[in-house]
This record gives sequence, structure tokens and C-alpha cells, in this order.
Amino acid sequence: MTDTATATPTPTRWKPPSMIERPAVRYALWAVAAAYLVWSMGALEVDWGRVAQGFPRAGNMVARMFPPDFSRWDLLVRGVVESVEMAFAASFIGMVLAVPLGLCAAGNIMPRPVYLVARTLIVLSRTFHEVILAILFVKIVGFGPLAGLLTLVVASVSFISKMIAEDIENMNMGQVEAVRATGASFAKVLVYAIQPQVLPRYLGVCIYRLDANIRHSTVVGIVGAGGIGMTLSATFKRYDYDFSMAILLTIIGLVFIGEFFSNWVRGKLR
Amino acid sequence: MTPADHAARYPEVWRKFSPRQTVVRYIWFAGIVFVAAWSLRHLEIPWEYFLDAHEQVADLVVRMYPPAWDHFGQILDPLLETIHIATLGTIVTFGISLPIAIISARNTTPNVVTWFIGRFILVASRSINTVVWALIFVAIFGPGPMAGIWAVAFRSIGFMGKLIAEAIEEVDAGAVEAIEATGASRLQVLMIGVLPQVLPVIYGTTVYRWDINIRESTVLGFVGAGGIGIQLYSSINQFQWDEVSVMLLSVFGVVVVSEWISATVREKIT
Amino acid sequence: MLEITGLEKQYPNGFRALHGIDLRVDEPQVIAVIGSSGAGKSTLIRCINRLVEPTAGSVRLNGLEITRLGRGDLRRARRMMGMIFQEYNLVERLTVMENVLSGRLGYVGFWRAFRRAYPPDDVRAAFELLERVGLGGRHNTRADALSGGQRQRVGIARALMQAPDLLLVDEPTASLDPKTSRQIMRLICELAHERGTPALVNIHDVALAQNSADRIVGLRDGDLVFDGGPADLTGDALNEIYGEEDWSATIRSDEDDEDGAAPPPPPQASAGALGK
Ligand SMILES: Nc1ncnc2c1ncn2[C@@H]1O[C@H](COP(=O)(O)OP(=O)(O)O)[C@@H](O)[C@H]1O
Ligand SMILES: [Mg+2]
Repeated sequence: MTDTATATPTPTRWKPPSMIERPAVRYALWAVAAAYLVWSMGALEVDWGRVAQGFPRAGNMVARMFPPDFSRWDLLVRGVVESVEMAFAASFIGMVLAVPLGLCAAGNIMPRPVYLVARTLIVLSRTFHEVILAILFVKIVGFGPLAGLLTLVVASVSFISKMIAEDIENMNMGQVEAVRATGASFAKVLVYAIQPQVLPRYLGVCIYRLDANIRHSTVVGIVGAGGIGMTLSATFKRYDYDFSMAILLTIIGLVFIGEFFSNWVRGKLR
Repeated sequence: MTPADHAARYPEVWRKFSPRQTVVRYIWFAGIVFVAAWSLRHLEIPWEYFLDAHEQVADLVVRMYPPAWDHFGQILDPLLETIHIATLGTIVTFGISLPIAIISARNTTPNVVTWFIGRFILVASRSINTVVWALIFVAIFGPGPMAGIWAVAFRSIGFMGKLIAEAIEEVDAGAVEAIEATGASRLQVLMIGVLPQVLPVIYGTTVYRWDINIRESTVLGFVGAGGIGIQLYSSINQFQWDEVSVMLLSVFGVVVVSEWISATVREKIT
Repeated sequence: MLEITGLEKQYPNGFRALHGIDLRVDEPQVIAVIGSSGAGKSTLIRCINRLVEPTAGSVRLNGLEITRLGRGDLRRARRMMGMIFQEYNLVERLTVMENVLSGRLGYVGFWRAFRRAYPPDDVRAAFELLERVGLGGRHNTRADALSGGQRQRVGIARALMQAPDLLLVDEPTASLDPKTSRQIMRLICELAHERGTPALVNIHDVALAQNSADRIVGLRDGDLVFDGGPADLTGDALNEIYGEEDWSATIRSDEDDEDGAAPPPPPQASAGALGK
């Protein structure tokens, strides 16, 4: 042992150990990644001629975006107000409807069938992008803010109820048992043991959702479901880029305020 | 002890909140309800459309069933394109978001101006929805997946950049200081002192964002930016509900599988 | 070698942590800097390699005025000063070897560092140092898998990889148990003597300072109030540094602590490194 250690000269090369130890596996992974890149880029139907025009076009577009045109502010304000109203109303309806659904989706307090139905509803509505929901609602109730409102309500309910369900499943069961042990009914357990544990986070989640709804309310209009998005997509169709820029800047400002407000309230709640 | 003393010491009425607190709470409740109600009224929703909504829904469901599975062959390519857009967009973001995170983190930004620029990029990127980014890139590159990839990338920069910047602000400052004390250059300090500490966050957020991007790229086609959304939009507009249901089911499958992959990978790397 | 004159530091909040420190180091010796917590020991050490910017005074290392160097020159000057920290300050997610080699960052370019392709001489020196500090064979271990004492050994190796002209050591043992503390302190002193590198060691364990250092400097509220050999550190001197207290139990009673503090016989191969 001593002999070999002193006999071998100190190495002058060192390589850090690789995350994947077997070289074969490592190279195979690289090969797969490279193959995927080649395949995916080849599979995309890209009109390279059109893309090549993109760079001068982008310059042209940016040039036409400045200065942003705020002169049609009445149109802008109307769209923004509609978006914000959809967001407020949807958040409120969502936070109310989410409570029963959230309770039903909590596996530790609900019977299995109820739980499964509630979870399926949540998963179904969460999987589809808001814009898909919006276009389905447009087909059902027609163009306008009602479709947008319904979209945001569905999105809010599924989001908030999922959070409620997870909170209830992670809460301290000891407290629930203690209250149950006093002979309390299910409703009393709900009020005395469950509500105090999940309420603060529930309020936080609702405020967060308000913020998210403000963001989403700006896009549902693109498929005709009301709000500023309708105005925005119209400006793009008319190459009215200076007005687009004005709308985009307003959206950025709006979302910034929404996020600031949401952080501020959640800070207070803590 | 006189009866009066006794009554003061052991009151018969106990309230959790003082009268003042109670009033404040009710004002909050009333305010929230008022804002929601006012928003809803101001939206001027034609509620009569709502009256036959259940019939519309029933009609929709009937027409969606049975799904036209023979149509599946035609949506396979767009479905793959959706996945490619998400993956390639995420790869682009993976490359761009680190430098932006570095200038947006207070402890690594070169100066106040770069910090401000970085923060603005993050806020702008996050405020503008993927679909709106797609509108912009369709105007630049023309319709097609190229616009979709850039839309996905530009929206993700804000998301990943913000999370990575937060991780950078929380790195162990002692280790960074030690690397500085060896006489390392600024770039070396970033690479040896900072990067290894935030690498897990970078990998984690990339995988997480990929899964969000899959969901986002299902609707990019609504504005012409490639993916399954194009077919979905046209089938909806032509009332081909049996085709729509095939696409919705496929989207559902893809989103659920990608969510599962993302969760599994994230569990592995943390 | 090292010459500090009129060194002052006023923190942005207005607090004056050092009021004109003068200190000369002319021979390779281990200098223990003692003083109560808040006396300005860390500030002094950090002003030397300018991790903290001094507000006045001069620091000269081998004739080079450190306080007026620009960014690039400061980096080159920092290569000449190895630093060892109380909390080890290793990059936890990197391997031991990467941490040790990071001592060479001032000498290699960005791409070499990025590819971890350090010059062969550096790699050999790193392996030898690891043997010397008693971590032979642990080069591929991640730093967060080591114990406190082992981490400090990596920290020592990293500082010595710089082949420094001066070692700056800030409370190297404050986070360690008494036995490991002594081993680490002994290792630092041995290496400093072996390599002829002067070392400035902040330490708050007076007995340990007396036992291991060649010279002792005492700081009190930002003033240098004592400078002398370990034998000169009397009860009066300690009163001057720390304030009135009964010191009889603390001052070295020439008791022999050889047995408790003997370093673990480092793995056999270190014999080769030692003999070098
Ligand atoms: N960044 C700082 N800002 C303001 N005051 C500081 C700062 N760092 C240290 N100090 C103050 O300087 C004094 C000396 O600190 P330090 O050099 O860390 O002391 P020591 O290492 O001897 O315990 C202390 O009173 C401390 O409060
Ligand atoms: Mg200190």
C-alpha cells in the first residue's frame, strides 16, 4: 500500500467526475439530444424566406411603435377597465365557488367518490389553457365579456380549490381530532379546526389569483371574450403599431401594479 | 368581591374580536363584495344569453360525442409541432435567461443602470402573455412555428430570469467572497462562485417552465403561431365538434404526460 | 514584507472600526491578532486585501502599495494573499479538487477555468497539498459532504494553492471543536513556517494564540494596544487588550499539550510530500 502510493507519481491531470458516470450512457444521451434537435427543427414547417425578412420587419415595426400613440385613450381606458372588472368579478366568484369544490377535493375529510369527482373536475379545467376555455365559452354565450368572465371564473375556481384541497390534506390532523373529540359535528369541525388552519393561505391564494386574473384578462379578448385583448389584436390586424405599443405599455403597467398590490396584501396577511 | 367586580372579571360575553376589529372586518367584507358587484354590473352582461347556456352546453357535448378518431392522423403532426415549439422555445430561454438573471440580481449586477434594465426586461417579459408575444412575432416572422418558438422564449425569460435572480441573491456570499479573494476575475467569480450554487435552480425551473410551455403552445395557433391551435381554431369555427373533441382529448393527454415527466425529472434532480 | 501605516476604516454608517493601525512584518512569522469581539480584527485583515476598502492609510506588500491599485492590479495583488475564513467559505456544490484549484483562478484564463483544464503543475500541486493537509484521496468528494475540520483543511489548501506571499486567516478555528481547533491551528503554523510565508491569524482563543504564534498583536476598539512575543503577554497586557479580568487560568502555564493536539498521522503518502 505504502509502496504503491509513493511509487505512483502525483497525477498532473484531473477531470471533475461527471454527473452520469458511464461514458456510454453519457454519449448516448448527447446523441439523443442532438437527434431530437435535428428532427424537431427539420419537422417544423418554417418558411425561411419569410423568416429572413423578419429582421428588417422587426426594425420597421419597432420604428413604427415609437412614439406610442396614446391619443385614443378613451378606447384604451374602456378596454383596460373591462379587463380589470372581469378580473375582479371572476376572482370574487371564483373564491366563493372554490370553497365547496376545495373541500370536496380534500381526500382526508371526504368520502372517496366525492373526492374523485372533485379532483377530476379540477384536473380537467386546469389542463386547458385559458384561451381554449375562452373560445369554447364564446361559442356557448357569444362574443363579449361574459365569455371572458366565465373563463376566468373556471380558471380561478380550479386553481383556488386545488390549493385549498392541498392545504387541507397537509394540515395538522391532531387539531381536527381534538375538536372532533369534543363531540363536534362536521360543520363545527370545519369552523373550529379546519378554517383557522387554512384561512390565511386561502386569502393569500385568492389575492394571488386576482393578480393572475388581471394578466389573463388581457388575452382572452384575442378570441373575442372581452377586455383590452380585443382592442390589442385589432391594432395588430391594422398594422396600427403605435397604438399597439401604447396598449402593451399599459398592460405592463397594469400587471406591475397588480403584482405590487398582490405582494403588498400578502405581506400584510403574513 | 362585589357583584360588579365579579362581572367585570368574569364577563358573560366573550368575543374574539373587539368591536373596532369587528367593524373593520365588516368594512373589508363589504368593500370586497361591493367592488365585485359593481364590476359585474358595469360589465353590462346580457344575462339573457346565459339563460339558454345549459342547452348550448348540452348541444355541444352531444355533438362532440363520439369523437372522430379517424381524424387523429391529421392532428398528429400539429401535436408534435406543439411539443417542438415548447421544447425549442425553452432551450432558447435556457440560453438567454442566465445573463439576464445575473444583471437583475442585486449582488451580481454591474451597476444600477444594468440592474434597472434587467428588471425591466423581466417585468415586460412576464406582463405580456405568450399569446400576445405570438401576435408580435407573427407580425415579424410571419405565421408559423418560428413565431411560436420566440413567443414561448420571450415569455419564459421573465419567469426563469426572476426565479434564477432570486436564487442568485440568496447564494452563500462567503464562498463568493473567498473566490474574489483569490484574485479571480469577475467572470470567474460568477462561474466558480455563483453558478454552481444556482445550477439546481436553473435546471429545476427549466423543466418546470417546459411543462408550462407545452400548455401555452397549445393555443399559439389561434393567432397563427403554429401548433395544434391552428386546427383547433378552424374546427371550432366550422363547428366540427367531433374533431374538436379529439383534439381536446389529445391536448389533455399531452399536457398530463408532460406534467408527469416534469414532476418526475424535478424530483430526480433535487 | 508587509507594512501597514496609519490604516483607518470608517464604515458607511459612520462607525470608525480602525483608528490608525501601524504594523510591520519583516520576517516569515505567524502573528496572532487577538482582541475581543468587535475590536476590529476582521476589519484589519479585510482591509489588507481590500475585501473591505480602507478609508485612509497605506498597506504595502513587498513594496507594492495595495490601497491605490485599480481593479485589475488589485486582482493581481490578491493572488499574492491567501485567505482562510472562519466559515470555510467553500463552494459547497463543487468537489474538493475544484475548490482547491480555485486558488489558481487569478493565474488562469476564463476558458481554462470553465473547462476545469488547469495546467499540469497546478493539478500536481493541488494533489500534493491535499495529501499534506490530510485529505489525500478525497479529491472527488463534494465539499458539502465534509466535516468542519475537513472543510477548513480544504480552505487551507485553497489559500496555499495561490503560493501566497502572505496568509490572511480570519478566526480559522471559531467554528470547530477544541481538539480540531488545535490541529487546524498547528497545520496552519507548520505550513506557514515550511513555506516561509508570514501569516496574520485572527483568533480569540488566547491560550491557543500563545501556544502557536511567534508574535502577538492585540487590538482594542480599533487601536493596536499590544505587540510582542507570546511570553510578553502578561496579565497586565491582557487587561489592556480585553479589560479587567482574572487571567491566571488563561495564561500559558507551559503545560505540555502535545498528546491531545497531535495531528492524526496523515495517510502514508504524505511522507513523500513532507520530505519535499
Ligand atoms: N459593514 C459594517 N458596517 C458597519 N459597522 C461594521 C461593519 N462591519 C463591522 N462593523 C463594526 O466594526 C467593528 C469591528 O468589527 P470586526 O472587524 O468584525 O470585529 P472583530 O472581527 O474583531 O470581531 C464592530 O464594532 C462592528 O460592529
Ligand atoms: Mg471577526
